Amino acid sequence: MQRKHWISAVAATAGLAIGLMASTAFAQTTVRIAWYSDGNEGEVLADLLKRFEAGNKDIKVVLDQVPYKAITENLPVQLASGQGPDIARVVDLGGVARYALDMRPYLKDASYWEKNFGPFLPWMRPEGDSSAITGFMTQLTVTGPFVNKTLFEQAGTPLPGPKATWEEWGKAVKDVAAKVKAPFPLAMDRSGHRFFSVAVSEGAKVFDDKGEPAVIDEGFKRGAKLVYDWHQNGTMAKELWGSVSGTAYRGANDEFKNAQVVMYQSGSWQIAQFDKTVGDAFDWVAVPSPCGAGGCSPMPGGAGLVAIKTTKSPEAVAKVMDYLASEPVLSEFYARSLFVPGHLGIAAKGLDYAGATPQGKAALKVFSDQVAQISPAAYKLQGYANNRVIFNAVISRLGQAISGEGSLDDAYKRIESDVAQQIAERKK
Amino acid sequence: MASAETNPRRDGAGAAGTLAAPLALVMRLVDWPMRALQRLIGERRMAYVFILPNLAFFSLFVFLPLVINFVFSVTGGAGLFPSERPYVGAQQYAYLFDCGSFLDPSSCREDHFWRGVYNTARFTVFQVTAMVLFSLLTAVVLNMKIRGRGFFRAVYFFPVLLSPVVVALTWKWILQRDGLLNAALTSLGGERILFLVDPSWAMFWIVFVSVWAHMGFYTLILLAGLQAIPADLYEAAEMDATPRWRMFWRITLPLLWPNMIVVIVLALIKGVQTFDEVFVLTGGGPGTATLMIVHYIYETAFANQVQNFGLAAAASVVLGVVLFALTLAQLAASRRKGAA
Repeated sequence: MQRKHWISAVAATAGLAIGLMASTAFAQTTVRIAWYSDGNEGEVLADLLKRFEAGNKDIKVVLDQVPYKAITENLPVQLASGQGPDIARVVDLGGVARYALDMRPYLKDASYWEKNFGPFLPWMRPEGDSSAITGFMTQLTVTGPFVNKTLFEQAGTPLPGPKATWEEWGKAVKDVAAKVKAPFPLAMDRSGHRFFSVAVSEGAKVFDDKGEPAVIDEGFKRGAKLVYDWHQNGTMAKELWGSVSGTAYRGANDEFKNAQVVMYQSGSWQIAQFDKTVGDAFDWVAVPSPCGAGGCSPMPGGAGLVAIKTTKSPEAVAKVMDYLASEPVLSEFYARSLFVPGHLGIAAKGLDYAGATPQGKAALKVFSDQVAQISPAAYKLQGYANNRVIFNAVISRLGQAISGEGSLDDAYKRIESDVAQQIAERKK
Repeated sequence: MASAETNPRRDGAGAAGTLAAPLALVMRLVDWPMRALQRLIGERRMAYVFILPNLAFFSLFVFLPLVINFVFSVTGGAGLFPSERPYVGAQQYAYLFDCGSFLDPSSCREDHFWRGVYNTARFTVFQVTAMVLFSLLTAVVLNMKIRGRGFFRAVYFFPVLLSPVVVALTWKWILQRDGLLNAALTSLGGERILFLVDPSWAMFWIVFVSVWAHMGFYTLILLAGLQAIPADLYEAAEMDATPRWRMFWRITLPLLWPNMIVVIVLALIKGVQTFDEVFVLTGGGPGTATLMIVHYIYETAFANQVQNFGLAAAASVVLGVVLFALTLAQLAASRRKGAA
């Protein structure tokens, strides 16, 4: 009897040991992704990752969905301290680039990445590096206006044509707002990207011949004067640009959804949200970027999914990235999230946004067509590693001038000194 | 008559006894090494042994960050670790204090810092004055024998329990373009006012909201002071037919002064440190009309692409010096009053 117990104990111990060995053999590598969402893209990604995990039992992907502010403010500190995630969805591509992992040694086919993400790869490379592959664009964004067409119809004012200037749009929306008593004729996100779509269209070059920042030029001044004057004559309400200090972002999504805004200068990432929330409350359309002395250029931008070099599992990270960047997976991601594709192959073939309403589909077409209008100056600014230094200085100082703290000339001087000081600080 | 078995006092004593036994055992276990240590280092030095755990905790979470902050303030660059940051001496301080005229923030190189300083000073003066006056008034009223006194005490204290973010968001909904206050104004035939977009209104409202949110705490301190004043002093004054305002001036205020000093200094320190409510309510705007010094430090260190920890640390040191001076002033005032 005692012997029988002894044999059972040995068998149980052996079973436990084998189980332990087996679990070690099938140990999972965890890949952590920090992700923020504008619309439903977090849900879409989670769905796609489930499929990845089903086919790759050795990799567990943890999706940390965080607020946008955590990505812009907390993530850089995390990365600098070496405590960041393995992969992150970022908008400050140049700022985060120095923490990015060059995935080339681990990717299945680096040439696929170069072929399909070529123009956007430099945005995510560390300064001085011309060949690293660190990530891909989860969405290519294009700035541009959304117009409440119903308000135009109610006012009996015709929509300005596709080559209308910013001034013409300004007059038209003010006229509409006065007739229908809308509180916001024109709203523009308090953001550098949105301002520079006006400034670049007005001829701003942003850089000198040597490629160094030379933010204040005649084109910039024309753009700044337009925005400043719109605030003075009531075309733009001060709630966005004049109500807060520093680099704070302010949008007018809620006001647009509540039909209080005639024209909302924002960007393509809003489509999914408006498509879902506005419904048939009113007719809204995206219109081509208005024109100025320098053309009709929107600003490109977007969010990139970037691999982080402090990862302990670069192979697993590259495997996840290869999967997410593959054409079928990425096509599904863009189509379900209603994003303008940042993948040349998919963009060339075109996407069927099956889940979008006719309004949403029309808006996506307008923004996709606008990609061809993006000027070299706009691309250069987007690709500049310190572009947020410029954006932040402009938001902060122009905001002060708009709220009555000093003149536009004071703002120009401050923008130049702020940019110079911050870039010098980074170079120390 | 309760039996011995069901006597609650006896039961309580039994429970206490049950708890006391292991405690006594622990004490006996600790007693021997402590006595040995006392023999070794002497009775006078034992005090240091007792304060050591708290001192270690304080050093780790207060003194060490203070030192690190100071080290950051004499370094530059965008690196996170001190080893990655070049030493720049007093350059960050020189940058902060590089002004054409200290009375004109726009003449300063780092104008946002000085706008923050002036806004904080203005806010603190208005807020502390209003806070002390309203807290005193409320405490005096709540100390009277009025109907529903307990209810009113709870009502005035309630906002203190709320999170500053909740307070600020609630008031934002009241004050914004389509908020409750504008709805009331327009329904009465008045004009809509953009309370958070007009610089003067914005400063008024941040002071108002701050007083509303924190007044209960200071009222409580003053109420405790009022209740400690012996009633016979007032009875004697009444017998002498002293007018009420004179009683307040000659009895209440002098005897309440120690509590008033606590209130003034606490409100002053809290006023200088103001951040969360203002950040949520106005975001420092319009322009920089309500940009406070702590908000400036946060923006400089975290919100910019180049996170300028050095400059933010230098501004923190300056703020720390101001707070230290205020604390010394409080101590001096308390001592003078104590000596008098």
